[in-house]
Amino acid sequence: MDVGRQSDPAIAKARTTVERTSERELVVTRTVDGPARIVFEAWTRPDLFQRWWTPKSFGLTLISYEADVRTGGGYRLVMGHPAAEQPMAFFGRYIEVTPHSRLVWTNDEGGEDGAVTTVTFEERDGATRVVVHELYPSKEVLDDAMASGSTSGWGEQFEQLDDLIIILDAKV
Amino acid sequence: MVQYLTSRLDVAFAALSDATRRGVLEQLGSGDASITALADKFHMTLTGMKKHVGVLEQAGLVTTQKVGRVRTCKLGLSRLAEETAWIEEYRRLWAARFDALDQVVEELKQRETSDGRRQTE
Repeated sequence: MDVGRQSDPAIAKARTTVERTSERELVVTRTVDGPARIVFEAWTRPDLFQRWWTPKSFGLTLISYEADVRTGGGYRLVMGHPAAEQPMAFFGRYIEVTPHSRLVWTNDEGGEDGAVTTVTFEERDGATRVVVHELYPSKEVLDDAMASGSTSGWGEQFEQLDDLIIILDAKV
Repeated sequence: MVQYLTSRLDVAFAALSDATRRGVLEQLGSGDASITALADKFHMTLTGMKKHVGVLEQAGLVTTQKVGRVRTCKLGLSRLAEETAWIEEYRRLWAARFDALDQVVEELKQRETSDGRRQTE
């Protein structure tokens, strides 16, 4: 994206970025319009968290969710997606829960290959910059996850390619 | 990264803008084929087909491998294209998540404001 657009606060605010920052790391960023206190609440209160974590607009449905959001507590989330035959379960435990600034949890559904997710909340001028940092145990694990689409479970690139070709064919 | 992705997508779209190249992709969808076989199938010269395959290869849509004197084409994303596609898909998920989170945060903010008003009244 060009520099001119980046300097526009309205666009910068709504922008979600994902970057592979190293062989083992993925970083997601977004600025949310609200104080860290409120954004943190939306991440740590299960009744609020489940309203946004599995967005319907992405075709996801939440099947169940339980969480004990405190250091040492656990969570378990089950969701469905049309591209996945079986419901997908995600679970792990919270390594750190520091109010309004930091959350760290494990992703144990992948066994020893699971990433550790760290979320930080930085408030500035009433808005909160959220940084989601995922650290994988090795380069190979992240490479494989990306190649198979297994982390998200719905990365059917060839289906998308088919759609794209159909759209283009229809236009010609 | 965004800039890189945009240019990758541009390359992919350019590659798909040609009917012959879309035909080649469709053909490879039912099995690998040599450049010679593809040239025959699409009634083209070997040089012409080589060019088309080159464009598809560069877009990361096709990979080729030379065994002896035969170059075999295979449908497939290069590692880099696969990673780019995966990251974009992941970004779309997170963007959808954050859009939904925005609504929750907005609601909490409004509730706080009206609670605050009630308390001061």
